[in-house]
Amino acid sequence: MEMTGAQMVIEAMKLEGVDTVFGYPGGAIMNVYDEMYKQKDFKHILTRHEQAAVHAAEGYARSTGKVGVAFVTSGPGFTNAVTGLATAYMDSIPLVVISGQVPITLIGTDAFQEIDATGISRSCTKHNYLVRSASELPLILKEAFYIASSGRPGPVHVDIPKDVTAELAKFDYPTRVDIPTYRPTTKGNVRQIKKAAEAICKAKRPVFYLGGGIIHSGSADLVREFVKATQIPAVETLMARGTLRHDDPLLLGMVGMHGTYQANMAMSEADLMIALGPRFDDRVTGKLSEFAKHAKIIHVDIDPSSIGKLVDVDYPIVGDLKEVLEVMIPKVKEQVDPDRYQPWREILKRYNEIHPLGYEDSDKVIKPQWVIERVGELLGEDAVISTDVGQHQMWTAQFYPFTFPRQFITSGGLGTMGFGFPAAMGVKRARPEKISVNFTGDGSILMNIQELVTAVESRLPVINIILNNHYLGMVRQWQTFFYEKRYAETDLSFQPDFVRLAEACGGIGYRVETKDEFDEALKDAVEKGVVAMIDVVVDRNENVLPMVPSGGTLYNMMLEFKD
Amino acid sequence: MKVERRIISVIVQNEHSVLARITGLFAARGYNIEALTVAPIPESDMSRLTIETRGNVRVIEQIIKQLHKLIPTYKVIEHEEMIEKEMVMMKFPINESLSSIQALCQAYNGGIANVSSQHIITMVADEPKRVKHFIEAAQRFHPVEIVRGGVVAMERE
Repeated sequence: MEMTGAQMVIEAMKLEGVDTVFGYPGGAIMNVYDEMYKQKDFKHILTRHEQAAVHAAEGYARSTGKVGVAFVTSGPGFTNAVTGLATAYMDSIPLVVISGQVPITLIGTDAFQEIDATGISRSCTKHNYLVRSASELPLILKEAFYIASSGRPGPVHVDIPKDVTAELAKFDYPTRVDIPTYRPTTKGNVRQIKKAAEAICKAKRPVFYLGGGIIHSGSADLVREFVKATQIPAVETLMARGTLRHDDPLLLGMVGMHGTYQANMAMSEADLMIALGPRFDDRVTGKLSEFAKHAKIIHVDIDPSSIGKLVDVDYPIVGDLKEVLEVMIPKVKEQVDPDRYQPWREILKRYNEIHPLGYEDSDKVIKPQWVIERVGELLGEDAVISTDVGQHQMWTAQFYPFTFPRQFITSGGLGTMGFGFPAAMGVKRARPEKISVNFTGDGSILMNIQELVTAVESRLPVINIILNNHYLGMVRQWQTFFYEKRYAETDLSFQPDFVRLAEACGGIGYRVETKDEFDEALKDAVEKGVVAMIDVVVDRNENVLPMVPSGGTLYNMMLEFKD
Repeated sequence: MKVERRIISVIVQNEHSVLARITGLFAARGYNIEALTVAPIPESDMSRLTIETRGNVRVIEQIIKQLHKLIPTYKVIEHEEMIEKEMVMMKFPINESLSSIQALCQAYNGGIANVSSQHIITMVADEPKRVKHFIEAAQRFHPVEIVRGGVVAMERE
């Protein structure tokens, strides 16, 4: 069938089963929007900034595992979307972002709203395309969805010149893709898996190091089974939160810069590290020369370049985690003796007794950690939790009682402030049965505050909880610890009236100064089911602890800070 | 870790901006490109790149894996035993000793490629180390221009 490039884009969305597109129209992508106007198969959500469109698509993708889709126009429309692409790229999130481009005849002439979009997105996407004719568009769109969601997932950018969207060509959408140059290894090497299984059974102090790859590959159930069968303690990275239930006795907590003492000690003293889909990020490892010094390392990852990038690995296994675990777990189960690790579990238990994760609550002022725990008590597994970036993000990772994978939506690798609110909109769209909560800070929330309008208009009742300390808190914390309290540009005492701001956009706002007020506000917001902004005044000077100072060693944590 | 020189050949889908992907990868990750040659592979839709680079073992391993990760990359060839050749062209003033220049070029597997009223142009194709020696030896004839072609390489077996 012959159709225009714009029609092809819309048809491809239908054939890929896309039910939501986030975006913002503009000159170069108008043909696509015009075709979209004529159809009813998917809904378009008009964000008020292209960055938010991509983050919303990320929230959609992160909470479901499906490919998130965003449409933007050329030039500034595209450059606004770049932060979203980079955020998705760092956290391996499957996205297809389609941008308009000036007509092919004008490319290279510095035309109005022209920018070398694929040149810019090359380093922050898994792959990208500049479409040169409508005839190649069906294959490119098919490949884009395939590449985004297969192997190590990631964002794919398709840049379509305006004349291509108007050009007629035959539409023959491929049913399957075969890219000879792209064949991700999914089956792990059986000999290696066997050797790894033997190492696990022979180890005395093994530890599971659980990473985001578990969430991407949908293998959390297998990991739960693995942990239960072996009784080997486990640490989770920020991106793996929710893999194990928060109350699993074998979960040592989060690892790394703001990880628990027992988790970091387990990593430091283990004789075998079973790394399932992590990437040995510097926020996890601390000083590399001191990291896991006594441990042999098993590393399972679908991306060969992740293995051995920073740390030498003894048992490298390239493959899809799910497929590898399906082979590995039975092999381990055959010979494992969970009692063998009892002394090790005892040691870790003692570490936890000496320095448990906690905070000092107060009757005079609300502690930010209390708010997170309280939301956990009141909403628990009914909520999907998004965050922005900073202190509130770390407290959420530390204190929220996560019970299922994809319950925690956060920008880990890139650390993008302004991510949380639009992401939480995408979550609400993808999982309407859940309460979508965004924990944010008084710094972060302002970075995509315009989305109040989108959320109200599109009926995406996100509950934003601002842990308001009138500081750019995480930077302030570093200034307190490492810069002799020179608070350069981190005092945010001057701020908008968040209650009235929410109301001006059609949402509902609450100003909270006591615990009772918080309970009432949260209950009211959940009951009303509208876009809410709960502005919680919290202790200004609370720090995220414990902490491994940047470049420090995991076993040498800062456990408290005394003035 | 010891820094070593390596030759890596990459077979890629011959498509729009594929070279930019490769050079962009080296730039973004801080790897070195000492020399680079590219040409299409006859009767195929692939191109072959030969990259001369430097780095320690971990860096070289990462370069290979990262090159592999690029979607248009078909194959990355890296071998201990590569047969390497490099071409160099040199331009000399016509008043230099033509026979001496010719003898020197022949010693390095080359000869005179062109003679004009002002200059002679020579070409030599040899192992990179010998090309370097040739360039050193040719200095006494006061070359006015030197063009090196970059290394091309093939696995021995």
